[in-house]
Parts: sequence; C-alpha cells; structure tokens
Amino acid sequence: MRNSRFLLPPVLLWLSLFLVIPMLIVVGISFLSRDTLGRVVFEFNLEGYRTFFDPLYLGIYWDTLVLSLLTTVICLLVSYPLAYYIANASPRVQTWGLVLITIPFWINFLIRTYAWVLLLRTQGVVNSALLWLGWIDEPIQMLYTYGAVLMGMVYNFIPFMVLPIYVALEQMDKRLLDAASDLGASRWKAFLHVTLPQSKSGIMTGAVLVYVSTSGMFVVTDILGGAKSTMISNIIQTQFLGARNWPFGAALSVIFVVTSLILILLFNRAMQARHQRVGEGRA
Amino acid sequence: MKKRSHPLLGIHSYLMLAFIYMPILIIIIYSFNSARLSGNWEGFTLDWYTSLFQNRHVREALMNSLTIAITSTVVSTMLGTAAALALRDLRGKKRSGMNGLLYLPVIIPDIIMGLSLLVMFSQLNMPLGKTTVMIAHITFSLSYVYVVVTARLSGMGKQLEEAAQDLGATPWQTFRHVTLPQIAPGIISGALIAFTLSLDDFMVSFFVAGPSSTTLPIYIYAQVKRGISPEINALCTLLILVSITLILLSQYILNRGNNDKKHKTLPI
Repeated sequence: MRNSRFLLPPVLLWLSLFLVIPMLIVVGISFLSRDTLGRVVFEFNLEGYRTFFDPLYLGIYWDTLVLSLLTTVICLLVSYPLAYYIANASPRVQTWGLVLITIPFWINFLIRTYAWVLLLRTQGVVNSALLWLGWIDEPIQMLYTYGAVLMGMVYNFIPFMVLPIYVALEQMDKRLLDAASDLGASRWKAFLHVTLPQSKSGIMTGAVLVYVSTSGMFVVTDILGGAKSTMISNIIQTQFLGARNWPFGAALSVIFVVTSLILILLFNRAMQARHQRVGEGRA
Repeated sequence: MKKRSHPLLGIHSYLMLAFIYMPILIIIIYSFNSARLSGNWEGFTLDWYTSLFQNRHVREALMNSLTIAITSTVVSTMLGTAAALALRDLRGKKRSGMNGLLYLPVIIPDIIMGLSLLVMFSQLNMPLGKTTVMIAHITFSLSYVYVVVTARLSGMGKQLEEAAQDLGATPWQTFRHVTLPQIAPGIISGALIAFTLSLDDFMVSFFVAGPSSTTLPIYIYAQVKRGISPEINALCTLLILVSITLILLSQYILNRGNNDKKHKTLPI
C-alpha cells in the first residue's frame, strides 16, 4: 500500500534496465545480421539460427546434452544415499552434515575446478600416488580428457543435488515407513514404494538445477577439457568475446535457454503423469 | 526410534564428504609446499604468500574486487531490502509477478546474464570497467538479499508495527524503531551474502569487465589458463577462507537474530 508506492519503482526500474531489456536485446540481435567488422546491423536475418544447423554445431549441441545428462544422473546416484543418510541421522549429525554440504557452495567454482588440475595433471597428486604405490609405471594422461570434465562437473554440482533431496526426505512423514513395516513390507520394498516416491520433488528439483547449471558451465570444459570437449556454452562465449559473431551467439543463447525450459517442462509433466499413475494404481 | 540407515550408507556418506573436501584441502596444502612445479612435498614454506602480496597485479585485482564488492553490497542491500518491504504490501498477481521477476537473476544461467549485459553496454557505448561490473553484481546480488530479508519479514507479524502506528508513530518512526531492528539480522546476513557473491563471481564479471577492472577471480582464471603456479594456490586458499568465514558469519547473525526475536516479542 503506502510502502510499495516509493519502494517498488527503484527495483522495478533496475531489473527492467539491467535484466529484462538486455535479454530482450539478445533475442532481438539473434534475428539481425552483422557487417564485415562484426558490428550488428539492423537487418532481419536468420543466419544465426541457420548456422546452428551446421553438423559441426549440432554435434557440439548433442555432446552438451549428453554431458549434462550424464552429470545429472551420476550426481543423482551418488547424492541420493548421502542425502538419505543425513535426513535419517541424529539432529546433531544433520546440522553438521548440512553445514558441510553447503560450504562448498560458497567456495568459488573456479577454485574448485582448479583443484582438479592439481589432482589430475601428469605430476599431480593422483599420478604421484599411483606411481608410489607401484600400480602404474608411468603417469596416465587424465587431465584434458572427457573423464576429467565429467569429474569436474559432478564434483561442482553434488551439493545442488544433495540439498533438495535432503529437504524432501526430511519433510517426509516418517510414520509412513512404520506403517509399511507393520504391513509386512521389507525395508527395500518400503524404500521403493514409500520413500522414493515421497522424495520425487527433491530429485526433480536437484536434477533440473544440476542439468541447467552444467550446460552453462563453460569454465569446466575450458580448464579440465582438451580441444575435443567443447560445449555449446564455450561456443557462445567465443562468439561474444572472441569471434564477434553476435547474431550467431545470440541465436545459440536463445536456443540454449529455450531447450532448457522445454526440458524442465517435460520433466515436470513426466513426474506429474507418473505421480497420477501411481495414485490410480493404489486406488 | 528404529535405526533406519544401513552401515554402507554411512560409509558412502563419509567417503562423499572426503571426496568433496579433498580437492579443497589439496589446494590449501600445496599453498605451503616449497616445490614450485613437482607434485611432491618438498617442505613447508610461506614464500608463496609473501610473493603474492608483493605482486602488483594481485594487489590491483584485490583493490578492484574490494571496491566492486563494497559498492555492489551497499546498493544491492538497499534495493533488495526495499523490494522485500514493498512486496509485503502487494497481493495477488502483482505480488507473484514481482516475486518472479526478483527470482529471475537466481534462475538465469550466469553466462546468459553476463553476455546480455555485455551486449547492452556495448550498444549504449558504455566502456567496460568497474562500473559495468558493479551494475552486474548489484543485479544478481539484490535477489539474494531480497530472499533473505523476505524470509525474515515473513517470520514477524504486523502487530508491532500496527501498535506503533496506533500509538501515533509516523511511518518513518515505525520503520526506524520497529521494523528495522527486527529485520536487521536479515539485512546484515543478506549483505554478507551479497559481498561474498560479488567477491567470488567469475562468470558474469568475465563478460562485463574491461582490461582495467580485473577482479581476483578473473586474475585466477587467467593464471590457471597459463598453467599452475604456487602463488595461485596461496591466493585460492585465502579466498576460500574469506568466503567460508563470511558465510558462517552471515548464518551466525541470522540464527542469533532468531533467538533475539523470541526474547524480544514476549515482554512486549
């Protein structure tokens, strides 16, 4: 009422000016052309989108999807048990577990990625350890490989998966498990039919968070990956900072954001549909 | 209560924690290793820290980072708090629309935010420098301040403010003596988060920083691309410690604020 009259306009203005309008400009530029110097020219053109369908870029796009999905699945597999353990632990362990999972959030991901350079390089910690143990005779090339990129991605995004799943599991009504066991369900069955469905919202949130963050993370491929591991975000970055083909970069950004949104929606719908089916099955 | 966790789960969880913290510990340990290039431990040294402080580029980057972080913290804290207060008075569609807009900077991938600001600044012929980085940092930080202050506001009723108004306080007096003291922990905690985010940001700054506005993370990136150096380990160690300290402090203030609230509301 009285407050919002003068408190709202500054924020509204700020976000319109530095968030909404810039994004609209990017959408606009994706439909424009550029001159020989790389400047944007006000002339309608679909060249940016056409370039995307070049087999080279389609291939990179596919690789990005695969890498992001792989990261999401691995994160889910290793994070679920951890989240489950914390959610079922004593209050003291829960508090500490949460603090320990949240701290990496606040450590620069650039630094966390760089740590893997120290670990994986030829003279790095892992190679030195393996040599010392006598398991290998000469250092293995681990840095600048696909595996290194995948490792860096999973490592960076584990907290994104653990926290939402923990929240879902923590909010779950634990009496349901007692009911299941009273009705003769084994622990495994109770987990499969009670716990897992109840934590679906957490899994979904975590998966979306990890997926969307991975596909935008050009730094990990930049630092840990070789020449072959290029993601669509690396291409976007080059178009804006190096190659100066803004219409193409803008078109890629639009495609990137739109596909992320579509995937999120599809995932959402799939989860809802499954939820309904399970509900009907029970009834 | 029945014990529900399988022992394997416990082992897995501790291994995961080790996995999460081992790389961070490795950086910290290596920052004290006197070996320049090899991965072996060749003795304890503080040389990398001294050479770090003597490095002119590092000092410059540190000054840039601090200037940007302090400015963006002040502005984003004011904007975020104003937004939280304003939205409390809104209802219905207007409120959910504004709420969505305020969450947008959190949801949008950093790379998109960075490049779209770059595009706009260059269309406006604005030279890239500290100002452009500050604008970018304010934009994403204000969302986090908004979230923290809103959480704090929703935890307090309007009774105290209404009582103050009934007793003849002006809106400003009510805000200054009733609302502000109650949401202060939220504001301070939000400001600390904003400061940390600004100090740590790489992605957005990478797009909107000019040659004269290299921040610490951008400096680190440039060095890491060139190869590893022990000074970078030392710099990373310092940045890790600063981030963790600030965040723990912010959480501490928020928690202490919660206890205070219980004590304060009762006597009145």
